[in-house]
Amino acid sequence: MFDLTPDEWIAIHLSIRIAIVATVVALPFGIAIAWLLARKDFWGKSLLDGIVHLPLVLPPVVTGYLLLITFGRRGPIGAFLAENFGIVFSFRWTGAALACGVMAFPLLVRAIRLSFEAIDRRLEDAAGTLGASPLRAFFTVTFPLALPGVIAGMVLCFAKALGEFGATITFVSNIPGETQTISAAIYTLTQVPGGDAAAFRLVVVAIVISLAALVASEWFARRAGMRYHGD
Amino acid sequence: MLSVDIEKRLGDFEIKVAFESQGSVTALFGSSGSGKTSVVNMVAGLIAPDRGRIALDDTVLFDSAARVNVPMHRRRVGYVFQEGRLFPHLSVAANLDYGRRMSRLPRDDTEQRRIVDLLDIGHLLDRRPGRLSGGERQRVAVGRALLMHPRLLLLDEPLASLDSARKREILPYLVRLRDEAKVPMVYVSHHPGELRRIATTVVWLDGGRVMKSGGLELLDHADLDAL
Repeated sequence: MFDLTPDEWIAIHLSIRIAIVATVVALPFGIAIAWLLARKDFWGKSLLDGIVHLPLVLPPVVTGYLLLITFGRRGPIGAFLAENFGIVFSFRWTGAALACGVMAFPLLVRAIRLSFEAIDRRLEDAAGTLGASPLRAFFTVTFPLALPGVIAGMVLCFAKALGEFGATITFVSNIPGETQTISAAIYTLTQVPGGDAAAFRLVVVAIVISLAALVASEWFARRAGMRYHGD
Repeated sequence: MLSVDIEKRLGDFEIKVAFESQGSVTALFGSSGSGKTSVVNMVAGLIAPDRGRIALDDTVLFDSAARVNVPMHRRRVGYVFQEGRLFPHLSVAANLDYGRRMSRLPRDDTEQRRIVDLLDIGHLLDRRPGRLSGGERQRVAVGRALLMHPRLLLLDEPLASLDSARKREILPYLVRLRDEAKVPMVYVSHHPGELRRIATTVVWLDGGRVMKSGGLELLDHADLDAL
């Protein structure tokens, strides 16, 4: 019973691609915002913190709808990007990646921010007295020390992106081969008679991918941790 | 020569200090809370004075009137912290090399070997800081600060976290450093005994002011019970 059909393979492939793109694109923004929240005091900081965390507390349908009216073809940002850069989100897999990235962003920022906050800032001062500019101190001291947290954040982000359903389906619908991820495919299969076996296969695939991501992150984090605390 | 004339308010505490370092090792001496560490932090550029001037030979590091405040990474002032502050993710060798890399200095193996031998840390190069004893850690911290070729070396109670046996182990290295390395030093401590071995001149701080400054004989009058 475990022969996956071509359509199922497409959904799996698409899900992984969307989750990876969402994680990779979100990462630099996540690091920058986590650093701002961990290290800087500025006007509007709690507002920024609130906005970043909104997708975590809002109903996913609301986030999806907000994306639709801002990044959709007629939304202000969506229209601008489509006209000037040819980037279209609506009903495309790129839109699914955007929705997944936005939904997973709070988890990414939280994990990275916590690891920045755990770093002894006096080490950065030491780097400064040794001639490292703030930027070089960040890349040679702060970031390497925060790496286990960054990896944990990336895995959380990937897992959340892989499982995202509500915002994605609201924003880019459920189009096989373009925006139909594993979650959306499972949902569709449970709505049709005789879809149980196929749904079950995809459920198993989802479990395997998520477990593999967790194991990989443990391994990376342990390796990174060992580099810092032993030999 | 280091010349310092600064004012800084930290909460209720006010530091108003002026001194010039003449000899090779200037002791900043005083009880805890006298402002010693704040003064060296201002020389290193970790905190900025409210007013005043800090100059090293003919280089102005800070001058509030002229609006000069050289950032710490361009001051070339080495700093050995009380707790070492070695980078835990780098080997001892990479810690030692860090200052040279960040200051973009060419690799100088002879100099490196000289400092490593002087501090006797050659057998530690492959280790992580987490596997060093307190005394080894401080020796590596001194080496790391020296290898960036500082114009001035600040040592903030470098022996404070060590027991007396370890202190006796490290002091000779610091004395050798004074006699061989030719880098002027500012040495912060509240131990007259330690300073008698290493210092050449003494600046005695109390309550954020310079109480006295002069030669080592000042330490003979140090009221040990008050410290």
